[in-house]
Amino acid sequence: MNALFVICGLGIISLIAEIANFRKWLISIIVLGLLGAAALVVADWNTAVAYYHDMLVFDNFSLAFTGLIIGSSLLWFWTASDFFEALFHKTDKSALILFAIAGGVLMTSFNNMAMLFLGIEILSISLYVLAGSRKEDLGSNEAAFKYFLMGSFATGFLLFGITLVYGATGTFQINTIANYVLTHAGELPSFFYAGALLMLIGLAFKISAVPFHFWAPDVYEGSPTAVTGFMSTVVKIAAIASFFKIFATCFSTIAPVWYTILLVIMVLTLVIANITAVYQNSVKRMLAYSSVGHVGYILLAFLADHKESDGTIFFYLAAYAVSSLAAFGALILVGGKEENTLVERFNGLFKRNPIVAVGLTIALLSLAGIPPLPGFFGKYLVFAMAINNGMIPYVIVAIVTSLIGVYYYFRVIIAMYFKDAVAEPLKVSTSKEVLIVVLILITLALGIFPDFLIQLL
Amino acid sequence: MLTVFLIFFPLLISVLLLVLKPAHAKVWALAASIIELAASLFVAYSFDKNGGLQYFVNVPWIDSLGLSFYVAIDGISLLLVLLTTVLVPFIILSSFGHQYEKPSTFYGLILMMQMALVGVFTARDGLLFYLFWEAALIPIYFICLIWGGAERGRITLKFFIYTLAGSLFMLVALVYLYFLTPGEHTFNIYALYDAGAALGPYPQALIFWAMFVAFAIKMPVFPFHTWQPDTYTNAPTQGTMLLSGIMLKMGIYGVIRWLLPLVPLGVKEWGLTAVIISVIGIIYASCIAIVQKDLKRLIAYSSIAHVGLISAGIFTLSETGIQGAMIQMISHGILVVALFFIVDIIQRRTQTSELIKLGGIRNAAPIFTTVFIIVMLGSVALPSTSGFVGEFLLINSLVQYKFALGIVAGLTIILGAVYMLRSFQQSMSGEANAITATFTDLTGHEKLVLYPIVLMIIVIGVYPAPLLDISESAVKNIVEIYSNYSASVK
Repeated sequence: MNALFVICGLGIISLIAEIANFRKWLISIIVLGLLGAAALVVADWNTAVAYYHDMLVFDNFSLAFTGLIIGSSLLWFWTASDFFEALFHKTDKSALILFAIAGGVLMTSFNNMAMLFLGIEILSISLYVLAGSRKEDLGSNEAAFKYFLMGSFATGFLLFGITLVYGATGTFQINTIANYVLTHAGELPSFFYAGALLMLIGLAFKISAVPFHFWAPDVYEGSPTAVTGFMSTVVKIAAIASFFKIFATCFSTIAPVWYTILLVIMVLTLVIANITAVYQNSVKRMLAYSSVGHVGYILLAFLADHKESDGTIFFYLAAYAVSSLAAFGALILVGGKEENTLVERFNGLFKRNPIVAVGLTIALLSLAGIPPLPGFFGKYLVFAMAINNGMIPYVIVAIVTSLIGVYYYFRVIIAMYFKDAVAEPLKVSTSKEVLIVVLILITLALGIFPDFLIQLL
Repeated sequence: MLTVFLIFFPLLISVLLLVLKPAHAKVWALAASIIELAASLFVAYSFDKNGGLQYFVNVPWIDSLGLSFYVAIDGISLLLVLLTTVLVPFIILSSFGHQYEKPSTFYGLILMMQMALVGVFTARDGLLFYLFWEAALIPIYFICLIWGGAERGRITLKFFIYTLAGSLFMLVALVYLYFLTPGEHTFNIYALYDAGAALGPYPQALIFWAMFVAFAIKMPVFPFHTWQPDTYTNAPTQGTMLLSGIMLKMGIYGVIRWLLPLVPLGVKEWGLTAVIISVIGIIYASCIAIVQKDLKRLIAYSSIAHVGLISAGIFTLSETGIQGAMIQMISHGILVVALFFIVDIIQRRTQTSELIKLGGIRNAAPIFTTVFIIVMLGSVALPSTSGFVGEFLLINSLVQYKFALGIVAGLTIILGAVYMLRSFQQSMSGEANAITATFTDLTGHEKLVLYPIVLMIIVIGVYPAPLLDISESAVKNIVEIYSNYSASVK
């Protein structure tokens, strides 16, 4: 909870910075503040305190995901520092990002459907603006508009679902709903199930699972690369945490109702996202589809054993976030001012700048699930969980799609090492070189000692 | 602890080379590989051939996955570790005639590869085995991708996806068995053996195929070989040597250690099929080798034929067959490295490896020709060369297993003689042309590589007993585990 206060406070400080004229120090203040928030999360560990009449609960699940969101945000601020270089609206952007983070924290810690809704809205509205933050660029405008339309549409579904569930159970508290469902099995009105399914659809939009993913590639492509990086890591973590929380508590007992639907969604997500990614020439779009594809693996773990899958999902997301941030960081460096980076831009990168090339290679290998990188252990945990629960046919589907994944990730790797360089050596600042080394070290540490994170939940 | 040293010393040097990028990377790499060789020779010297598992280390690594760092050396492991540590210095030395771009990365990757190979041959934990197995794939992929031939982008990706696909199914099989181990689940090899043997015939058959495909792709056995000829021809010579000399043995080792005792019923049921597939592969690859126009491709196909024989011998499940496979792995590793080095020498001097453009080298380079003859005779399994011992044992085991299959597999000797002698004749004898007339004979580092190899070919051929002794008790052990399980089912 204290972390949430700090994050909101930082957002307000960002807004004041414009008036009080300390823009220069802003990023440093934010980074220090986020570090402080992370420390507060650690201090709150194992306390499980409820706030505001049980509307928010910071149990270990929430704290772990909050910590992950804050950690990813810190790394994100480092990778995206150029995004704040622009003279104007620097403070607006950082304020929006911070409010989005606050929304994300709400989405992991809600105990009440109203709080979930508020969290999603705080996060989404900030993102609608950020997606369109390259005002002069048509693609960015399109992204913002599309994201807004699709996002509000999905929120409509979600809200309708919440209302129906409320109508059936008479409460917004997720624990009370879970109890009510348990004790009134068989006498629930049919619109309760409709409500649950509407919420499933609304949240499937937010986690961009197929077939509710159509907004994702266009929005990811049109938004500034830095914002795309933020969407595919921090936002994804928050969305999946809220999805998990709703369906593993409220609707756990009515699993037979949504199980088959989610199974179809999972298979479609794995197959369609990964196959479509193969045909993308823009690396950003490819990463967008790959991030949709990763949702499929998370859903596989969730379906295997939805109550016990939190540790697996947490580790998977942590591994994914680190690698994804590294990939987007490299994309920002290689793309430069150009927003739509084709695979050809990566030609000969190993000769143009070996450090960036090696950093990106490790990130892509991890995303592809090659051992001993964390992406492998993430996939391994998912597969092991699914095998243990008798889902071997689905594991085979997932294996085939991850082989397809290898194909498109390796297209970039092949371009970096095999194709001849088309441009001058790529110069990057020392700060970015340090960042790449830090990301490589985090990746390797997560790969060699994954136990700490796996056993957290 | 020596096992840990053997695994991590190359990794340490590799990381140093990759990060520090020192000048004279090749000298550092060579020195490191020689230290590694010395360490492994010490292990061989102090190894008690009847002592079972030795030099073992077993520490928990990732508890929540049931993964322990459990490595140990027995006779089978020792032979393959020795093969690795003997060949890597030669492979590094053989590169001294090349000027590779970014040499520290190149040699760093070779040493990283060595780490993974030694790891594969010593791991006694299923998941650890898998990790090393995959870890071997990364360096060789980049060696082929960065320094390979013109078509390397597409070909290396095919190679990568092919082998990764196989090993992921192996992973599924291992994880499935992991969850069948009693109590706190573990990947310990002996627990997996018990879990596998306790299964019924149908799941065992499924596991058999999941594992077999992974190993068959790596070896490669017909019909899983389609990645191999392209990859061998497009990889840089040192990459080809690593692939054919050592990495291929991972597949064979996998069958011996991780398939036969793991699912005895599955092996019993499908062993004959595996033998038949392997024998078909022998004939098929030999016939293709006969019509090859390119020397490097010819050797690639000949390698498929040799591996087919080894695989067939193993699936006879007899001590003779597996012992033959062990000695043949050593012999094939040495021979194929020498053959690819010979091709490399020809290619560097004449800029081609097409047989039709060669010829008449014999007159210009007598020493080179002599070496080629000896290596070639070893490869066609002439008595008193290393190739003979293994092929004799393997064909012997096949004849005892199914007479007809033994006879068909025996054709490999005749077909092998046809394509090897033909390639020798076309490249070495005949009229010299403008390029081959000025062929220089072997020089400094080339002699350093080829002379010891020739010596090894002859010594192993004349006196193979010490090598056979090393692996004897371990092989007996494997055969025993297998026959105990399959007998208890009856």
